Amino acid sequence: MRSLSVSRVVEAVKEMCIEANHFLSEDMTKAMQKAAEAEEAPLGKQILNQLQENARIAGEDMIPICQDTGMAVVFAEVGQEVHFEDGILEDAIHEGVRQGYQEGFLRKSVVKDPIYRQNTKDNTPAVIHYSIVPGDKVKITVAPKGFGSENMSKIFMLKPADGIEGVKNAVVTAVKEAGPNACPPLVVGVGIGGTFEKCALMAKEALTRPVNRHSDIPYVCELEREILDRINTSGIGPGGLGGTITALAVNINTYPTHIAGLPVAVNMCCHVNRHAVRIL
Amino acid sequence: MDRHIRVPLTDETASSLRAGDYVYLTGTIYTARDAAHKRMNETIEEKGELPLDMTNNVIYYMGPSPAREGKVIGSAGPTTASRMDKYAPVLLDMGLKGMIGKGKRSQAVKDAIVRNGAVYFAAVGGAGALLSRAIVASEVIAYDDLGTEAIRKLEIKDFPVIVVMDSVGNDLYETAVREYCREDGMLV
Repeated sequence: MRSLSVSRVVEAVKEMCIEANHFLSEDMTKAMQKAAEAEEAPLGKQILNQLQENARIAGEDMIPICQDTGMAVVFAEVGQEVHFEDGILEDAIHEGVRQGYQEGFLRKSVVKDPIYRQNTKDNTPAVIHYSIVPGDKVKITVAPKGFGSENMSKIFMLKPADGIEGVKNAVVTAVKEAGPNACPPLVVGVGIGGTFEKCALMAKEALTRPVNRHSDIPYVCELEREILDRINTSGIGPGGLGGTITALAVNINTYPTHIAGLPVAVNMCCHVNRHAVRIL
Repeated sequence: MDRHIRVPLTDETASSLRAGDYVYLTGTIYTARDAAHKRMNETIEEKGELPLDMTNNVIYYMGPSPAREGKVIGSAGPTTASRMDKYAPVLLDMGLKGMIGKGKRSQAVKDAIVRNGAVYFAAVGGAGALLSRAIVASEVIAYDDLGTEAIRKLEIKDFPVIVVMDSVGNDLYETAVREYCREDGMLV
């Protein structure tokens, strides 16, 4: 067994909340650059240039890329040889979020109850997804998620007979309905298979994969390319104000499913696709 | 067309704006988003007095991130406007002349824009750091307890927006997308 103090988890989560909200990952920066070069609409190009300027200002002035600094989604992949000391892992993750959002001047966007809606004033709780993995390390991913795009996400319980065409149509339908609301250019996370909740979780996880890396499964890789091309013929464009770049990437994860089902979840993300990763 | 205009708006300016105009706003605007709209709506239903006079004013659908020391405001980009659709027609009928947000609006809002000679502007979603530079002063004037959702009075200088819906019923989200749509059946 390897011992790990939860104070290191607090520190790492805090730093990642701040980092993710001020600095885009390199793959996202490159994708935005490529998009600005490729966009054919003059207004669309102007918007993409503004968004790159925005990202530059965010890093220089330490002002969040977007005012919606999100609800903190945390993936904790815990090696089964790890023993946590000095406290409880879950408390440590929430504490890291609390400190990160306070010290980083990030917006507190979480309400305590979905109906009575009182702000918790420290952006806790986080939404945490654990998995137990082999080894003696802990991999933590912090992915702050804004709700302009989250609100436009969808789940489709397709029938097996709908097949691959049904999947394509579901994703394209979700993008068309999102239109300008989800702040295009989008990154589209898709989960196919599993159960109702598994495919939603896969869609979220897919957003943390670099936008320049396709699925290892040949037909899924092909599907990612084809759906992206179709989305970009929609004309929605940057800011939804017309253009040839509506999405930067479609990332698809799959899982075995039941003989009777074909669940498809589409998790929309705006161009501020934020995530930071650390291994402790 | 690029235009520099003053806010609050006048009837003439508002009705002269057209979908697709790129506009730089200078003057005073107010922020309000979900919770502030809900509270204002309750006040209207109870026949109470609103914290600001709607006449000719512009509301920015925005809740900023906290300001660092020495800064006027934090990141300050638009939020999705459709969540305010339920409340906007009443405010437009009370004299509200402009709204700044992002995303589509309901038919009821479009009708109220035309009926009142008003305008709906889009600011670029996710450009909160860039847009904050066009905000030169910020002061909470009501609903302080709502935190980021409080009503703020903002002084802005050359704040960049695009006219999406105008007083004659144009909707840039529909027309611009049609122009670049390359595939039958893909039209939004």
